[in-house]
Amino acid sequence: MIYFVQGDLIKNKAQEGIAMTTVKAIEVSHLTKKFGNKTVVDDISFEVQPGEVFGLLGPNGAGKTTTLRMITTLLKADAGQVKIFGHDTVKEGRLARSMFGLTGQYASVDEGLSARQNLMIFARLNGLSRQAAKQRTTELLTEFSLEHSADKALKNFSGGMRRRLDLAVSLITRPALIFLDEPTTGLDPRTRTQMWTTIRQLVQQGSTVVLTTQYLDEADALADRLAVIDHGKVVKMGTPAELKQQVGGTKLAFTVNEQTEVAAAVKLLAAQVSGAVQQTGQQLRVSLKQLAQLTPILTALTQAKITISQLSVQEPSLDDVFMALTVGKN
Amino acid sequence: MNTATMAYRNLLKTVHNPDQFMDVIVQPVMFMLMFGYLFGGAIAGGVHAYLPTIVPGILIQTMLSASSGSGSQIREDLDSGVFDRFKSLPMAHIAPLAGQLFGDILRLIIATITSLTTGYLMGWRPTVGFGWIIVIGLLAILTGWALSWLFALVGLLAKSAGAVQSFSLITMLVLSFMSNAFVPLKSLTKPLQVIAHLNPVTYVITAIRQILATGSWTHEALLVLGFDILIVAIFAPLTVWAYDRN
Ligand SMILES: Nc1ncnc2c1ncn2[C@@H]1O[C@H](COP(=O)(O)OP(=O)(O)OP(=O)(O)O)[C@@H](O)[C@H]1O
Ligand SMILES: [Mg+2]
Repeated sequence: MIYFVQGDLIKNKAQEGIAMTTVKAIEVSHLTKKFGNKTVVDDISFEVQPGEVFGLLGPNGAGKTTTLRMITTLLKADAGQVKIFGHDTVKEGRLARSMFGLTGQYASVDEGLSARQNLMIFARLNGLSRQAAKQRTTELLTEFSLEHSADKALKNFSGGMRRRLDLAVSLITRPALIFLDEPTTGLDPRTRTQMWTTIRQLVQQGSTVVLTTQYLDEADALADRLAVIDHGKVVKMGTPAELKQQVGGTKLAFTVNEQTEVAAAVKLLAAQVSGAVQQTGQQLRVSLKQLAQLTPILTALTQAKITISQLSVQEPSLDDVFMALTVGKN
Repeated sequence: MNTATMAYRNLLKTVHNPDQFMDVIVQPVMFMLMFGYLFGGAIAGGVHAYLPTIVPGILIQTMLSASSGSGSQIREDLDSGVFDRFKSLPMAHIAPLAGQLFGDILRLIIATITSLTTGYLMGWRPTVGFGWIIVIGLLAILTGWALSWLFALVGLLAKSAGAVQSFSLITMLVLSFMSNAFVPLKSLTKPLQVIAHLNPVTYVITAIRQILATGSWTHEALLVLGFDILIVAIFAPLTVWAYDRN
């Protein structure tokens, strides 16, 4: 009971924090972790604004989970500092812990219990009264469509149900900040889409979300900002659009129909774009800074009466970013 | 409060997974029947005459195996993802450990009742008052609980739940058989007698038999009580330290 009141106070404080806008949801500075003599997380720093979805993207073994575990106080950092809504996770551990929910990479629910018992127990451990815990459990079971299997043993749960329950448990206290470590790994496409919808709803309700993923489409679909991590280092940080831009922007390719017109077309393109024009036979390729550059190019070509075919415009995917920026463990 | 919730969780888990009751219910019944009817005649000239020897013996053996479950349970918990969640909760982080150890008390109580009841059903009729039966029950439970801390420490330091289990099984077997639990010390060969005399289990069983025989609190009983308290005093801080390290 006492804890519950405390929790509320804490939440109010956190909200005041958001209102002041000076307080960052998370400030990570110079976080470092060594296992043996191997530096797994190497001087990582970033900030997350309240209300933002921040993605940590990286290949296997990049150090995503380790970073998240240090931020969420599960693992002691060798160096560096983490503040959650302005509170240092070492000096004010308990307060900081009360402000976030965590869904780990591996299901962190009690296998031996039912979904309802899991929610009840974690609600009680979070300081809710028996009555409040019961109510919140019912709410969450409904919200995550688990009410029909609420009393079945978890052994009979599918991976998707387990993951949903895991997330539900993290949301018991309606935390303002949620950490999700690979929330959709191992889920089928339908369940994955459902999970995305759930995450988007959380964001709409004002939560700040930090997620890790190996999936580029997921980062692209959910994250406002991304840090690409490889070998424990942040290799790039920015919005998905910025990152794609860095890898060369939109690619435009077309074939000039008449052999005699190729030279003229190259000249015309060179005048429009800053990058080099690549030529293979009658096919020309250029990178565009922005998609808007396309129209003037096409207009110029039409005015010069140069006919083209096999036009393709390819936006860069985060896959390009991933491949260009990371080497991976192996 | 969180400790109570954690103890409740462990209890619920046991209910969901009744094999955990095996060692506190099936095992004492089985051992009591097997040993009673198999060796009763050979050792004491009859089941009835053997019961005063074997009831305390199996009681303590059951305490040993019930408390050793604590270690593998803790290791399993630590290895499962659920522990991360416990640690990230805004609660005293010792609560899961405390919950485990307080939940153990219930298992020990069940084990004690099962052992003594089985003995009674087989014809064991202690001559001392019921109050003394409660006393030996409590002494057995305290001993078991002290050992829970020790096994919990093993669980915290071990690599895997499997390793803890085999360690516990061997410890249980050695400690209970190399003692006076099932046979009179005099019947043992000299080297075995030495080992049995060094074995603390022997003293616990002797103390319980003395209380049952005399209906009074003996010097040995006090020794066992002191020893139990000493174990808790030493191993509780060590266990908490090992737990903090994890
Ligand atoms: N407890 C540990 N002891 C030793 N090495 C560890 C430990 N935990 C992680 N590592 C190592 O640290 C590196 C980073 O691991 P981490 O789990 O953070 O990667 P990740 O980015 O989450 O990868 P994945 O996508 O596979 O989950 C790996 O090489 C891993 O082997
Ligand atoms: Mg990981």
